[in-house]
Amino acid sequence: MRRAVFKHRGLPYLLVLPQIVVTLVFFFWPAFESLRLSFFRTSPFGDRTFFVGLENFQRLLTDPEYYRSVVNSFVFALGVTALGVGAGLFVAALATQKIRGLAAYRTAVLWPYGIAPPVAGIIFLFMFHPSYGVLPYWLSFLIDYEFNWLLKGWVAMALVILTTAWTHVGYNIAFFLAGLLAIPQSVLEAASVDGAGAVRRFWAIVFPLLSPVTFYLVVVNLIFSFFGSFGVIHAVTQGGPGGATDIMVFKVYKDGFIGLNLGSSAAQSVILMVVVIALTALQFRFVEKRVTY
Amino acid sequence: MPTSIRRWAVAVAALALVALPADALAKTEIHFWHAMGGQLGETTNELVKQFNQSQSEYEVKALHKGTYPEVLTGAIAAYRQKNPPHIVQVFDVGTQTMLLSGAIYPIFQLLKEQEVAVDWADFIKPVTGYYSKDGNLYSLPFNSSSPILYYNKDAFKKAGLDAEKPPTTWKQVGEVSRKIIAAGGAKCGFTTSWPSWTMLENTFPWHDQPFATNENGYTGLDTKLLINGEFGVKHIGQLAAWQKDGVYSYGGRMGQPDPKFINGDCAMLIQSSAVIGGFKKAITKFAWGTGQLPHWGPPYKKQNTIVGGGTLWVMKGQKPADYRGVAQFMKFISEPHQQMWWSLTTGYVPITQTAIKNLEAGYHFKKNPEQWTALSQLSAAPTANSRGHRLGNMAQLRDVIEPEFENIFAGKKTAKEGLDAAVARANEILKEFAAAHKP
Repeated sequence: MRRAVFKHRGLPYLLVLPQIVVTLVFFFWPAFESLRLSFFRTSPFGDRTFFVGLENFQRLLTDPEYYRSVVNSFVFALGVTALGVGAGLFVAALATQKIRGLAAYRTAVLWPYGIAPPVAGIIFLFMFHPSYGVLPYWLSFLIDYEFNWLLKGWVAMALVILTTAWTHVGYNIAFFLAGLLAIPQSVLEAASVDGAGAVRRFWAIVFPLLSPVTFYLVVVNLIFSFFGSFGVIHAVTQGGPGGATDIMVFKVYKDGFIGLNLGSSAAQSVILMVVVIALTALQFRFVEKRVTY
Repeated sequence: MPTSIRRWAVAVAALALVALPADALAKTEIHFWHAMGGQLGETTNELVKQFNQSQSEYEVKALHKGTYPEVLTGAIAAYRQKNPPHIVQVFDVGTQTMLLSGAIYPIFQLLKEQEVAVDWADFIKPVTGYYSKDGNLYSLPFNSSSPILYYNKDAFKKAGLDAEKPPTTWKQVGEVSRKIIAAGGAKCGFTTSWPSWTMLENTFPWHDQPFATNENGYTGLDTKLLINGEFGVKHIGQLAAWQKDGVYSYGGRMGQPDPKFINGDCAMLIQSSAVIGGFKKAITKFAWGTGQLPHWGPPYKKQNTIVGGGTLWVMKGQKPADYRGVAQFMKFISEPHQQMWWSLTTGYVPITQTAIKNLEAGYHFKKNPEQWTALSQLSAAPTANSRGHRLGNMAQLRDVIEPEFENIFAGKKTAKEGLDAAVARANEILKEFAAAHKP
């Protein structure tokens, strides 16, 4: 067998160069800047900077509010991932059934992913707002419980989880669909012949064969929930009520851009980065072993 | 060759024809970043257009850069990259940050150096007091408003109340609310927009109570909040009690509670006078009026409310020649004619005595009493407690106070516990700000 060899030595480097440049400029440089800033106390306009060592970190790690935002982030990320991946699998399974108008359904279920998170946030805000939302109004006829998330923390958390999961479910569906369609029919037919029912077939064959996709989606959904969920929180709850939906990434924004406390904001983004890297490493170390490729 | 020379001559002449007028017409551009969206944005653009047409030397380019915090962070980023806008609109709570930034060209100094005369004595005191340091004005008040009471006249009538007499004390607010709810005039008595701004930042000076130490931060940086004292606990505690029995209905932060009033759910709303213009369009189902921000009455003195909104800051770091145009634009928008037009179109208060007098002469306030309400709260000469607030990172202080409001109104904390927690966190922020700005 002939190995593909580049004739010119420099060519492979030239080909990967754009990606390396993009990563350097848009990831390593800002990450390094954050790290540097996290050791300073800076005035908003940057005219005064004082080296403070680890004081920004120390402040955060002794602040109960910060721990609450960490807990909130995990609740939020696990909620979004469970709901988003679960619903994604369910809808994808439905979209592989033999039904009329399948192509139309398949297209439609992918749509939510095309909607930007802040826009989705606004849509959900209009539907669920206690003052002018239509759903609380209808609900008030059915249940004698006021789902006022302006004051009730758990309702607010449930709402932002639902909204974020919804924005991301289309992405999950797309991957599950591809995964499901790649499962050879012959294996499933053989199982049927051996007398396995639909549930058994799913857990014994489909789910293990889907495990690489599921694993990938869990990792991506978690990372997305930790980093990319800013838009929904910003549009819907602003971290409220009483800090119940104040997650780490929103606090980074709030302290940096509203509070203009760049040192603390940078320290928080460094911690967030470490948490996500650790989480991803852990998943690859332990969960991936149970994935069959 | 003669032909080619002739061709050259023609080309040069043509170039000169094209280039000369363009050169003569080239205006100095002045960049103005603001946070005025929607109808307010259109009005701002119109004002800028009027200035651009009034002279031929300068061209002000107005740019809507987003919300107040976005405009401020945008201006900071631009300044750090050494390309700031000439003029930036900053909200009231950003005042201390701007004053200590070292990035600004104080407005009084700019106009003096550019020899542009503006009669500062003509400006009303609660407005200039907020934005002055050592008696000198540092930024030009642009859009100023104050919180007032809006009430649903139809709901009042339904409860057999005098629709021309809004409640003036908090006690009356409670009584009126109960009557209206009992008569089915509305589901809740009242709600409050911008909770920290209306219920603390303005309610304290309105009762001549100190909001923070150091004369609300005016005389020093080592400032601490005083909102968890007897008065604050009494006021917020009463709101919490009313939240329980439906008299008060917490509706969220910023302008989020407005729809509760607009759709008739709540009979009263406490909100900035700036929304008058918007409400005139939005509310068609019922008649409404305005009253002063409610007061607790004796033993508290009735003082003045403070102004909210934005002021225009001039930033350092632009070409020296440009500042002449900046000064002219500042003078232009502070003239009575522009003041009156701006106020009439938006609902912000006119801020010079001349503009107010001219409006009075035209019976404007008789015809539009709602536009007088906020001004009537700003007439008293401010005390050390009612000049305004000069607190570092004040936008973040609101973000600390309002979550605690939510804890209090949800019944998770008592008023005292919630306000104590807010003060503890706020003092940390103030300490951090002081540390970053130590001389």
